[in-house]
Amino acid sequence: MSFKKPINHHPRLEVNQLGLTRRDYEGAISTLCAGCGHDSISACIIEACFQLNIEAYKVAKLSGIGCSSKAPAYFLNQSHGFNSVHGRMPSVATGANCANGDLLYLGISGDGDSASIGIGQFIHAIRRQINMVYFVENNGTYGLTKGQFSATNDLESKNKYGEDNLFKPIDLASMAIQLGASYVARSFSGDRDQLIPLIKGAIQHKGFALLDIISPCVTFNNHDTSTKSYDYIRNHNEAVGKTDFVPLGEEITTSYASGSSVEVNLHDGSKISLEKVNSKFDPTDQGKSLSYIREKSEEGKLLTGLLYFDENSNDLHETLNLTKKPLNQLTQQELCPGEEILKEINKGLS
Amino acid sequence: MAIGANWNGARGFTATSGPGISLMSEFLGLAYFAEIPLVVFNVQRGGPSTGMPTRTQQSDVLACAYASHGDTKHVLLFPADPKDCFDFSAKAFDLADQLQTPVFVVSDLDMGMNDWVCEKFEWDDTVSYNKGKVLDYEALEKIESFGRYLDSDNDGICYRTYPGTHPEKGAYFTRGTSHDEYARYTEDGNINAQTLTRLMRKFRTATDLVPEPIIEINGEDSCGVIYYGSSKPAVLEAKDILKTKNINLDLMQIRSFPFNLDVWEFIANHDRIYVVEQNRDSQMRTLIMAEGGISAEILRPLVHFTGDPIEASYIVNKISEREVNYKSHKNIKER
Repeated sequence: MSFKKPINHHPRLEVNQLGLTRRDYEGAISTLCAGCGHDSISACIIEACFQLNIEAYKVAKLSGIGCSSKAPAYFLNQSHGFNSVHGRMPSVATGANCANGDLLYLGISGDGDSASIGIGQFIHAIRRQINMVYFVENNGTYGLTKGQFSATNDLESKNKYGEDNLFKPIDLASMAIQLGASYVARSFSGDRDQLIPLIKGAIQHKGFALLDIISPCVTFNNHDTSTKSYDYIRNHNEAVGKTDFVPLGEEITTSYASGSSVEVNLHDGSKISLEKVNSKFDPTDQGKSLSYIREKSEEGKLLTGLLYFDENSNDLHETLNLTKKPLNQLTQQELCPGEEILKEINKGLS
Repeated sequence: MAIGANWNGARGFTATSGPGISLMSEFLGLAYFAEIPLVVFNVQRGGPSTGMPTRTQQSDVLACAYASHGDTKHVLLFPADPKDCFDFSAKAFDLADQLQTPVFVVSDLDMGMNDWVCEKFEWDDTVSYNKGKVLDYEALEKIESFGRYLDSDNDGICYRTYPGTHPEKGAYFTRGTSHDEYARYTEDGNINAQTLTRLMRKFRTATDLVPEPIIEINGEDSCGVIYYGSSKPAVLEAKDILKTKNINLDLMQIRSFPFNLDVWEFIANHDRIYVVEQNRDSQMRTLIMAEGGISAEILRPLVHFTGDPIEASYIVNKISEREVNYKSHKNIKER
């Protein structure tokens, strides 16, 4: 069942430039388990959209099947949502995006969806640079079917019943960098301060933005021997540095020591500012980024933050030179060549 | 992809053959149940499995009619030559938008890859696209609340909205899970049964919108022949040859599924009908029997499935053989 939230709220709630409160960006009441990381991510999406003054009706929320894919019902009530089939949200998003480039596309997926059944679709959405924010709410487990290992689960991790995971994990963030995603970040559902600026940056970015978010499954994968538990991630999380999203026209006010920060420009003129922690890491260099992720992984650390960024990327609309006007607004005159043209074609065949 | 585009108000289609239908059946069920327009061209080839990918058959009729798990039924159009393919393509987009459901143009490799002589393609510039029941900003302004799956016109077809239309009204959640009239998830079995019943109502509405059969009656003691698709030239030639042997055929070219009233009338008016098909299992015959409760004795399979296009001589031989038998032993049972 889905449950609506009561509409009454405190009269003095903060409003954004559109005159909307955070409540206006909420969805139905979540039916996920209490403490699920996915609900924290939904809350961060709500906060990011509120802060960026996003018009919710200009957003399309798309998902596949799984716990994560239920999440679009729990934020942005005024947006159209599309809960498609298992792992195949990317193809639906591709078609929807080609039909109307004016909307903001938020794809919500999980590790079962994107790293197993839908991995082929995931790869091609990246390769084609669909202009979308692609969330992987990554808990390393099939929560909806009671806790089998997923393809992102670590080799040394055990499931709730004490069984060993026998396979190495697929690192979706590294894979996305290799495939040419132009914005790749990893974060943790429990780290709001890091996640919100990363979401905001991803929304403002033009091209494929991947957010691989470790989101513990409290019911099936939050035990002592799991590597995707709240405790484990808190103890092994290594941020590439503090990330700040700086809206268009605002001064960078972060307190990094001079010379220790990197700024990257987003397509709309806003910026992301990053604290530089290590000279080996450069978020604009594919090779360095990949080897740093690998190095940290070998140390047993999970590298989080903005891992890769390419500010000169093209999205699919530019590559295919698609019409600026959404296809659903084109008139028959614009779409149909008509009888005269058909006669010309017939002539060519005779 | 085509489903995503149609959901967003564009006209999207995909062209495939049998394996593509099998592969994408899950999506076809989603489009059926979530009521998203979609046009699929199936250029049938020799099956099953990879089969004879360079040969022709009509062996995906049932796979298309009932594609996907659960109770599903799809609208099919059967073109019989390239001119039909052209006309039915345009028709399919209108039907998909009007009915908010997948529509299949079921062609075959013979039409798709071989050279055919046919009438010239024509386009009527005065015809406008039928985009079906879509609420725009102004329409949404006038209504109090929007329910995506409310059957306000009682024809099984509901009103939809495109994403990004109105800031406060018209948003809904498209889903393959059971849903109520407001597109909310529900586990109430009665509500789900109502949805499935309404989808049947919509399918009945479709019978009045799809192309009717082409019927040719040739005298009182004629036997009936049902055919469709690329078998047409062979059937027409066979009719002429058989006439010289004093065997008269009444013909019905089926052009769509669901079947409309004319189809049932033709069947009711004949005691024996040969169903000419290019598949082993006489799939169209099965479909007619299943949908109309028609007796197996009336509909007699006349099948050809070597992968080469069916020829008139084959039909002539089969029908004359069986008609001679029929006339000498009136009660003989076919197969």
